[in-house]
Order: sequence, then structure tokens, then C-alpha cells
Amino acid sequence: MSATDETPGGSGAASADTDATPSAYQEVQRSPEFASLRKRWRGFIFTMSAVFLAWFLVYVLLSDFAHGVVDTRLGSTNFTVGLLLGLLQFVSTFAIATIYVRFANRNLDDDAEALRRRVEEKL
Amino acid sequence: MNTQIGSPALNLGIFALFVVVTLLIVYRVSRASNTASDYYAAGSSFTGPQNGIAISGDYLSAASFLGIAGAIAVNGYDGFVYSIGFLVAWLTALLLVAELLRNVGRFTMGDVLSFRMRQRPIRAAAAVSTLLVSFFYLLAQMAGAGGLISLLLGVKNVPGTPFDGQSLVIAVVGILMVVYVLYGGMRGTTWVQIIKAALLVVGAAVITVWVLGLSGFNLSALLGQAVENTGKPLLDAGNQYGKSITTKIDFLSLSIALVLGTAGLPHILMRFYTVPTAKEARRSVQWAIWIIGIFYLFTLVIGYGAAALLPRGTLTAANQNDAAPLLAFQIGGTLLLGIIAAIAFATILAVVAGLTITAAASFAHDIYANVIKNGKPEPGMEVKVARRTALVVGVVAIVGGILANGQNVAFLVALAFAVAASANLPTLLYSLFWKKFNTTGALWSIYGGLTICIVLIIFSPVVSGSATSIFGESVDFALFPLQNPGIVSIPLSFILGIVGTFVGSREPVNEAKFAEMEVRSMTGAGSSRTAVDH
Repeated sequence: MSATDETPGGSGAASADTDATPSAYQEVQRSPEFASLRKRWRGFIFTMSAVFLAWFLVYVLLSDFAHGVVDTRLGSTNFTVGLLLGLLQFVSTFAIATIYVRFANRNLDDDAEALRRRVEEKL
Repeated sequence: MNTQIGSPALNLGIFALFVVVTLLIVYRVSRASNTASDYYAAGSSFTGPQNGIAISGDYLSAASFLGIAGAIAVNGYDGFVYSIGFLVAWLTALLLVAELLRNVGRFTMGDVLSFRMRQRPIRAAAAVSTLLVSFFYLLAQMAGAGGLISLLLGVKNVPGTPFDGQSLVIAVVGILMVVYVLYGGMRGTTWVQIIKAALLVVGAAVITVWVLGLSGFNLSALLGQAVENTGKPLLDAGNQYGKSITTKIDFLSLSIALVLGTAGLPHILMRFYTVPTAKEARRSVQWAIWIIGIFYLFTLVIGYGAAALLPRGTLTAANQNDAAPLLAFQIGGTLLLGIIAAIAFATILAVVAGLTITAAASFAHDIYANVIKNGKPEPGMEVKVARRTALVVGVVAIVGGILANGQNVAFLVALAFAVAASANLPTLLYSLFWKKFNTTGALWSIYGGLTICIVLIIFSPVVSGSATSIFGESVDFALFPLQNPGIVSIPLSFILGIVGTFVGSREPVNEAKFAEMEVRSMTGAGSSRTAVDH
């Protein structure tokens, strides 16, 4: 994750000496509160994206290349391991959506709103 | 193959009822559609749940309702895996795109891509990509309408005559879609999608419960019956994609395009502007994920149900899209078929209306207002241009739909997803998250992604070299073995964005604009959240 955190234009160093009078946006962008919000937000969305993409890819690759695994019957039923893993994709999708919405509501929205007011007061 | 079943008069009657009700609603809501914000984004006045339902209505096209049910009925497990790509894709939209896009842009994908770049070239590129993706998608829907109709209305195509029944119905679909978009704008289109989504989910739920009831609510028994009835190993993987290493890679390629393409489909992106805030955009996707997920669970039962209950041999690869309507007729007779038929029509109408308004908005807002008029169109002209564009799109869709009717155009949907994942998504993500990304980089990833996808499709077995290709088996210039270009085009587009950025690196980074975009994307500061009050 740390690699992805560094590449997006996070470092304020390059931008410090370009403008004599920074805009309201730049002031907020350089504030520690914004940096903290960005770090929490990106940490969450990049991690979650890596998790769900990897899990989906594993599932597709198993279904595509490991027929011996996905075709295995569960007990004496007609359900297969592949069907079970597929249904777990549904479960994980619902779960990640729910977890993200809760996380954003609790940990991001208030701070984002405060920063928004700070910018809009100066516009 | 399509022998007519059920009662055409009843099917037509139920469909007519849907059209009358939706036209009345469009008429009622259309009064306030004369500002750009009203026309393109319904004044951002929808709530998250409303928009979530509308997104489902926009997304669950005939390809996903009829196509996936059919794919499961004929190919079993492979069809189920296919449906999962369509669902999981929404996490990309939820986590990486929806809220940031809502905060930065106003009406189109071009708003976001051009935010901190040179306006005219980027807006033109965004519009080209939007128009092409929408056109591919639209053509597939219109052509699909023709085939469906022969089954449901008993209208047959007379070969060699241009004015046959199917063409007439394609024209009616096109005219209705233009009426919705002309008079209703985004507000009317959204309500059509909401009504359609509700009908679709209820209809699918009824068939699902009915089918489960017939098997004593024992899913395992139903699955066993599907295998027994068809004599095919529908529970095992590989029926459709397991033939060779090429088909396996093709399926991987398709899955990647689905999961990354959804969040780059312009008609989906545009839906995020119809809500007032990023928080509502987030709720929209949350609702959409639940509705779409539950819907695909229904299609799992419907697909295996069709395999278990329809007489052996009814379904083939050629008519698999008829699985859901045929199943409805088998279990519920004429009335249930009529209802499902009407829902299928409604599905096509709602999706094509959404595509038309997206194409119209992109041309009027990106090309006309910003490229031609340099961001200063005369008051009222932009919406006029959008309405005229909708008319043109309607004509093109009708003519294209009639010409493509009977052709194998299912690949167009996959191509639309591949282009969205190659040209649009990398450019969106780089603009939002990578500070050094610049105009050259954006142009390389958009045009590069677009070109690679289309060139690979032209040289693929879709176009030539196999029995099912457009030119048949005798013409063979299929140098590229896969039917889905995503696995090559998506990584290449991401790389092209980086290479282009370094090629154009003498272009200075606009620090102020980047700060504005970054702060705005995460906080909503300065975004058009107050559009409701105007």
C-alpha cells in the first residue's frame, strides 16, 4: 500500500515555492487536517480495492483453470465449491460496500465538511 | 428458430400500458428542464436511494437480464461467473470513482478529465470516447430488441425487405426513446429507469419464487434437475470458456474488462450528477449494489430453472436470450409471459434513453459549448443543441439497429466495457490521483486505449476467420486470437498514460488547479451542490 500512497500528488514540497499568494484550495491542501483526511481516505479505498480485486481475480482464475477445485461437490448435494465461492463474492461485495459506507460516514464526512466550510468561507 | 408463443395482443397491451404511464410521468416532470443543470442532471435533485434504483435500471440492460439468464441456462456455471463480474465491478465505482466524480464535475465525464488540463483537446477526446462507447452499447440494445420482438409479438422479419415488422418495432423503440429524452431530459429518463428497475426486480422475484416453489424450495434439487433435464454438466466449470487455453484467457480478459469497465461507462458516470452531494452519490452506489446483487441471485435461479423446466432442446446457443421469457411462459402461461415481455421492452427503452441523453450531453456540453464555443455558448443554446443531438442519436440508433438486426452484435457490449476500462478508467484515475498527470498523458491513454481496443477487435475472431464472425469463415484476417481485448488494452492504456505524461512533461503542472481538484474531490468545496436552489 505504501507505494500507492507515495505516487499520487501527496507531497507538498514541490508546490511550496510556485505561488506567492496561495488560493483557498492550496491553503487547505497544505493543511495537516487535509493531509490526515487524505491519508485515512486513500489508505482505506486503496487497501479495499486491492483486496476485492485480488479476491475476484483468484475466483475467476480458479473457475477458469482449476476445474478440479471448483467442480468439487459439497457433501451429497449438487452444490459445488465454485458455486459457494461465487456466492461468497456476493457476500463480500455487500460487506465491503457496507463497511466502506459506515467508515466514510463515521470517519470522513465530518472532517470533509469542516474543510469544505474552511474553503468556501474564503472563496 | 423463434416460434411465436403467448398472446401478442396481451404482450403489446401490457407494453402499451408501460409506455402510457411513463409518458405521463415524463410529461409531468418535464416542465423544469430548460437549464443545462435541469436537462443533464435533473437539477441534482434525486436522493441517493432514488438514484441507486435508477442506476440499477440503467445498468441491468437486456444483455444482463436476458443474456445472463440465458448464459446460465445454456452454459451453467460459466454464466454465473460472468454475472459476478457485473456485480463486483460496482466496488470500483463505489471506492474509487463515484464521490470524487460527483464533487469535481457537473454534467459529463469530460468535466472531470479536463478539470486541470488543456480544455479543448481533452474535452474533444472525452466526447469521442463517450460517443463511441454509447454508440456500441446502443447498437447492441437496438439490435437485441429486434430478435426479442419476433418471439414476443409474433412480428417476423421478411428477408430482403427493409420495411418489415421487426424494423418497424425497432423504429418505435427509437422514437419512444427520443421522446423521453427530448421532453423529459434527465429527470424523465431517471423516472423511466426507476419504474423499469422496480418492474424488473419484482418480475424476476416472482419467477424466482415460482421456480423455487416448483422444486420444493430445494435449490440443490433444482440444480440436479437442470443437469438431468439438459443432459449437460451445467454445474461444472468450462462449458462455455473451457474449450482451450485461448477461450480461458478470453474469459479472464472479459472479466477484467467488466470489473474495471463499469466505473468508466459514461452513462453510468453521468448518473452520479443527478444527486446533490458526494454522500448521496455514495448512498446511490450502495443501493445499486444491493439491488443488482439480489437481481443476479434471482438470475441464478432463473437460469438453472430454465434449464431444469424447459423441454430438452428448447434452448440453444442461438436463442439463449429467450430463456427467461420462455421460462415465464412455461410456468405462468400467457399472462406471466406478457408481463416479462413488457419488462424486457421497458428494459431496452430505459437503457437506450440513458445512453441517448449521455451522448447528447457529451456532444452539447463538451464539443459544442466547450470546444466550439470555447466555454461561452449563448444562453439556452447548449440545451437546444443537446435536444437536437438526441434527435440525431435517435435516427442513427434506428438505422443502425435495423441494419444490425439479425447480426451477431453481442460482442458490442463487451467492446463497450473494454473501451470504458481502457480509455476512460485509467484517465479518470490518473487525473484524480496522480499529480504529474498532464494533457499529453490523458490524450495518450484515451486515444491509445480506444485505438487498441478497436484495432484488436477488427483483427479478432469476432470480425473474421470463424463460423460466427461478421465476415464468416472464408475471410480470415484474425491475427489476434481473443474476442475480448481487455487483457491487452487495459494494461497498455495505463502504461500509455504514464509514457504520454513523461513525453509531455515540459508542460508545467498547474499547482493551483491540482489543489482545487484534490480539495474539491474530497470535500465537495465549490462543487455545484446548491444547484437545487436555482
